[in-house]
Amino acid sequence: MLDLTALYSISFLIFFPIVVALILLFVKNDKARKYIVGPASAIIIAAALFLSITFLPSTNAQNFYVTIDKSIAELINYICLFIDILLVAYIVFRCIKSKKFFVLILAILQLILVVWFELFVAPSIEVEFNLYIDTLSIIMALIIAIIGCGICVYALGYMHDFAAHSTCKDRSSTFFAIMFAFLGAMFAIVFSNNLSWMFCAWEITTVCSFALIGYTRTQEAVNNSFKALLYNIIGGMCFAIALVWSAYAFGVLELDSFVVTVASLSTEASYLSYIPLMLLAIAGFTKAAQFPFQNWLLGAMVAPTPTSALLHSSTMVKAGVFLLIKLSPCFGFNLSGYFVMLIGGVTFVFAAFCAISQSNSKRVLAYSTVSNLGLIVACCGVGTSAAIWAAIFLLVFHAAAKSLLFLCVGTAEHHIGSRDIEDMDLLFDRMPMLSRFMSIGILGMFIAPFGMLVSKWAALVSFVQTEDIIIIILLVFGSAATFMFWAKLLGKMMASANNFNETLEKSIHNSEWVALCLMVFLTVGLCIAFPLISSGAVVPYVSNIFNEGSDFIGAGMHWFLALLSFVIALIFLAYTPKTKNKKIQPVYMSGIGINSQERSFINSLSGETKATQRNWYMDNIFPEKKTSLAGIIVSIALIFSLGFFAIITTSQVVEDYRVLAVASSAYHENDWKSLEIDQATFVSSYILVNQKYEESPESFDSTYGSSDVNSYFSDTYNKYAQSQTSTASNQTSDTTTTNDSSATNSTSQNPTSNEGGE
Amino acid sequence: MDIMLILCIAFAIVFVLLAPFVGAIISGIDRKVTAKMQGRVGPKILQPIYDVLKLLGKESATVNPAQDFFVLLYLIFVVIAGIIFFSGLDFLLCVLIITLASLFLIIAAYSSRSPFAELGAQREILQVMCYEPMILIMAVGLFMANGAFNIYDLFNAQLPIIVYLPLIFIGFIFVLTIKVRKSPFDISMSHHAHQELVRGVTTEISGRSLAYIEISHWYETVLFLGWVAMFFIFCNPLVSAILCVASVIVVYFLEILIDNNFARVKWQSMLKYSWIVALLFGGVNILVLMVL
Repeated sequence: MLDLTALYSISFLIFFPIVVALILLFVKNDKARKYIVGPASAIIIAAALFLSITFLPSTNAQNFYVTIDKSIAELINYICLFIDILLVAYIVFRCIKSKKFFVLILAILQLILVVWFELFVAPSIEVEFNLYIDTLSIIMALIIAIIGCGICVYALGYMHDFAAHSTCKDRSSTFFAIMFAFLGAMFAIVFSNNLSWMFCAWEITTVCSFALIGYTRTQEAVNNSFKALLYNIIGGMCFAIALVWSAYAFGVLELDSFVVTVASLSTEASYLSYIPLMLLAIAGFTKAAQFPFQNWLLGAMVAPTPTSALLHSSTMVKAGVFLLIKLSPCFGFNLSGYFVMLIGGVTFVFAAFCAISQSNSKRVLAYSTVSNLGLIVACCGVGTSAAIWAAIFLLVFHAAAKSLLFLCVGTAEHHIGSRDIEDMDLLFDRMPMLSRFMSIGILGMFIAPFGMLVSKWAALVSFVQTEDIIIIILLVFGSAATFMFWAKLLGKMMASANNFNETLEKSIHNSEWVALCLMVFLTVGLCIAFPLISSGAVVPYVSNIFNEGSDFIGAGMHWFLALLSFVIALIFLAYTPKTKNKKIQPVYMSGIGINSQERSFINSLSGETKATQRNWYMDNIFPEKKTSLAGIIVSIALIFSLGFFAIITTSQVVEDYRVLAVASSAYHENDWKSLEIDQATFVSSYILVNQKYEESPESFDSTYGSSDVNSYFSDTYNKYAQSQTSTASNQTSDTTTTNDSSATNSTSQNPTSNEGGE
Repeated sequence: MDIMLILCIAFAIVFVLLAPFVGAIISGIDRKVTAKMQGRVGPKILQPIYDVLKLLGKESATVNPAQDFFVLLYLIFVVIAGIIFFSGLDFLLCVLIITLASLFLIIAAYSSRSPFAELGAQREILQVMCYEPMILIMAVGLFMANGAFNIYDLFNAQLPIIVYLPLIFIGFIFVLTIKVRKSPFDISMSHHAHQELVRGVTTEISGRSLAYIEISHWYETVLFLGWVAMFFIFCNPLVSAILCVASVIVVYFLEILIDNNFARVKWQSMLKYSWIVALLFGGVNILVLMVL
C-alpha cells in the first residue's frame, strides 16, 4: 500500500510540474497565468508535504525503496535516452545558431557516450530499485517545492514589471514553463536511485538553466548562457564517464548500492573508486559552481531575478551539493575526500574574498552562494557524521535565506532602479518593510544565533576532528571575510534619517509580498524549528548512514539559540523608532548641519556642502579579478595534481589486483593458463569474494578453503606463484619463499571489515 | 538541581553585578597608570564611574532613535556573552555572541547617518575581520587541548592550557589590543581626537547611550581578561587563581604599555599584521598540537 503511495506521489511530483509547464507554454495572458501558477504551486507544496508526512517516520528507520515493474522501468530507460537525444538536439540547434562550436562538439561527444552506454552497457546491469525515498530526499523535496514554488509565485509580479522595464521581447510564457520544468527535473534528481535516470534529469536542469540565463537574448545573456552550458556539459561529461566506470568496475548503476559498495571496499581496493568518485565530484562542482567553475553562476546574474533566486536557492546548485552529500560516506579520509574537502575550502575562502570588493548587490549574493556551497562541499569531503549534519543544515538554511535575499534585491531593484549597494543608502527609510526582510536574510546568512552560523560552528567542530590544519585555516579566514562583506551591506541598508514619508513600497505586487513573507517565515521559522528538524530528521538520517549520531551541539543549546534567533528576528521585524520623547538633533558634519538625509551642512565660508560616504570595497587588497584568478589556479592545480595522483595509484592497484584476481579466479576455475582477464572481471571477482565473505564468514572456509579473504588471496597467490615456478623449471624454491612473504605483505594491510578507507 | 548548575548561575549573577565595578576600576587604574607614564597626575581611580553617572543624568537628545536602540542591544549582548563565559559554558558560543554584539554597535553607527560614525563603523568591521581568525583559532586550540569548548572542563585539567597553546596565547594578546581598543589599533573609536575620524563609531552617541557604551566597555574588558585567565586554569584551584590574577595584571599592564608607546597604524598594516600573526602563531601552534 505504502509502496504504491510512494510511487504515485513521486511520479506526481515529477510529472505534475512538467504538465503545468506544458500548459503555461501556451498561456500568453498575464491574468490567466496567475490562476494557473498560484494553484499549481499550492498543489506541488501540498504534495511534497503529504509525501514528507507519510514517509518521514519510515525513512528515519531506513530508506524506502520503490519497486517498479521491469517492463515499465525499461520503457522509462528508453524515454530517458530519448530525452537526452532531444536535449542535445536543442543544444546543437542553439550552438549552430550562435556559432559556439566547442560546446557543440562536447555535447555531441557526450551524447555518443550516453547512447552507447544506454544501449550496450546498461541493459546488462540489473537495477533493482529505480526510485527511493530517504530523509535527505524528503528535505530536498520540501526545499524544492516550497522555495521553488514561492519563487514562481514571486515571478508573477516580477515578470510583469520586468516586461515593462526591459526592452526585450516578452516571452514570459516560456519563462514560466521552464521554471516549472526545472522543478520537475529537480524532483527527479532527488528521488532517482537509478543513476542513468538521475543523469537524464541532471541534463534537463543544465538545459533549463541555459535557457533561463539566456532569457533576454541580449549578447551578454547569450554569452553567459553558453558559459553556463559549457561548464555544465563538462560536468555532465564527467558524470557520464563515472557512470560507465562504475558500471564496468563495480557492476552497479544504483546510487545507493554504488555508495555502499564503494564505502565497504577495503583500503586497497578503494583506490579503484577514486577516479569515479572524483569524476562525480567534478560533476557536483560544476553544478554547485565551485572554483574553478564559479564563473557561470556569476554570469547568470544577467537573467531576471527569479532565475537567480531559483538557481541559487532551491535548484541547480543544490543538485550539485545533493549529489556530494549522497556520496559523502565514500569520501572521508581518503584521496577523493581530501580532493572534495580542499576544493570546497578553497572555494569558501576565495569566493568570500571576491565578495568584499563587489558593489553590485547581486554579485555579493552570488559570491556568497559560491562561498557557502564551498563550505557544504568541504563538509561532504570530510564525510564524518558531524560534517554531514552540518552540510545538510547549511543547505537548508542557505536555501531559505538566499532566496529571501534575491527576492528582496529584485524588488528593490525595480523600485529604486539600481542593484548597486551604494544606491541602497537609506533603504530603511524608503522601503521600511523590504529592508527589514532583507536584514533578516542577511542576519540569517552570517551571524549567530541564526541556523546558518550554528551549522558553520558544527562544521568547524567536524573539521577539528579531522585534524587537518589546512581546512581549519581556510575556514577561519573565510569566516572573517564573510563578516566583512555582509556587515557593510547590512549597515548601508540600516542607515536612517527618520524620514518615512516617501515610501516606495506601495507599488510592490501582492504576489511578491506573498513570496517575500513566505521566505521570511521560512528563514526565521527554520531557525526556531532547528532543534526539531535536527532530532526529527537530520540526526536519524545521519545515524542511518554512519550507525552513530547524536545532537552535535546539545539539545539545551539548540533551544537557547532558537529562542535567541526568534527574539532577534522579532526585534528587527517589529521595532519602529519612537521619536516622541526625544529631542532630535542634526548630524555633526564639521559645520552646521542642514539636512541629515542629504548630508548637507554649512561650511566655514557660509556655503552649503554635501558630505559623501561610500562603503569600503578594498579593491587594492582583494581585487576581484586577481583573487578569483588565484582561486581558479589553485583549484585547477588541485584537480590536476590529485587527479594525476589518483590515476597513478589506480593503475598501480589495478596491477596488484590483476595478479591477485587472476590468480584467484584461475585457482577457482582450476585453470592456471587463463591469465588474460579484463579489468571488469577481476574487480568484480575481487568484490564477489569479499561479498561472499561478508555474507557468511562461517561458510567461507568450506567454499574457498581459507579462513578469511586475506588469507584466501595470499594462499591463492602463493599457489599461483608456485604454479609459475613449476612452469618455469629453472626457478628455485627460494624465489617461492620470497614471493610468499611479499604476497603476505601486500595483502596483510587489507582489512575486510565493513569500513571505508582509512 | 545539581551543584554544577547552581555554581553556573551563581557565577553568572556575580558577573552581571560585579563586572561593571571591576571594569570601571580597571579603567580608572588604566587612566592613572597612563597618566603616570606621561608624567601627569591623572584622574581619581573612581573617575570613570562619576563620568558614567553624569552621562546617565543627561537630557536625552539624539540624531536618531534607532541608534540608541541598537546601542542598548549592544550592551545586552555583551552581557549575555559574558554570562555564557563566566558560567563556564561554551567558549565558541561566547565568541559568536560577542561578534553579534559588535554587529549591533556597527549598525548603531551606520544608522546615525553621520559620515564620521559610518567611517568608524567600516573600520570596526575591519577590526572584526582582523581579530576573528585569531579568536577562532584560539577556540580551535581550546577544543584540541581541552577536548571541548566548555570552560568548566578546564577545572578538571591536569595542566593549564597555556602549556599546549603558548603561541596561540601570544597571538591572542596581539589581537587583544584591537579588542580593548588600544593604540596602535584604536582605529574605529579612538579615545584621543583624530581629525578624520572625530570620535568614530560613537560620534553621534551621547547622554544615556554613551553611558551604555562605557558600561559595555567595562563588561567587555572583564570578559576579555577572563579569556586571558582561561589559559591558566587547571585542577588546582589555589595555584590557578594566583596564576590567573597574575596573568591578568601582567597582560593588562602590557596593553597599557603598548598603548602608550605605539602610534596608531594604518588599517592596512593592522589587517596585514593581525592576519600574519594568526596564520603564523595560531597555525603553527595548531599544527604542533595535531602532530603531537
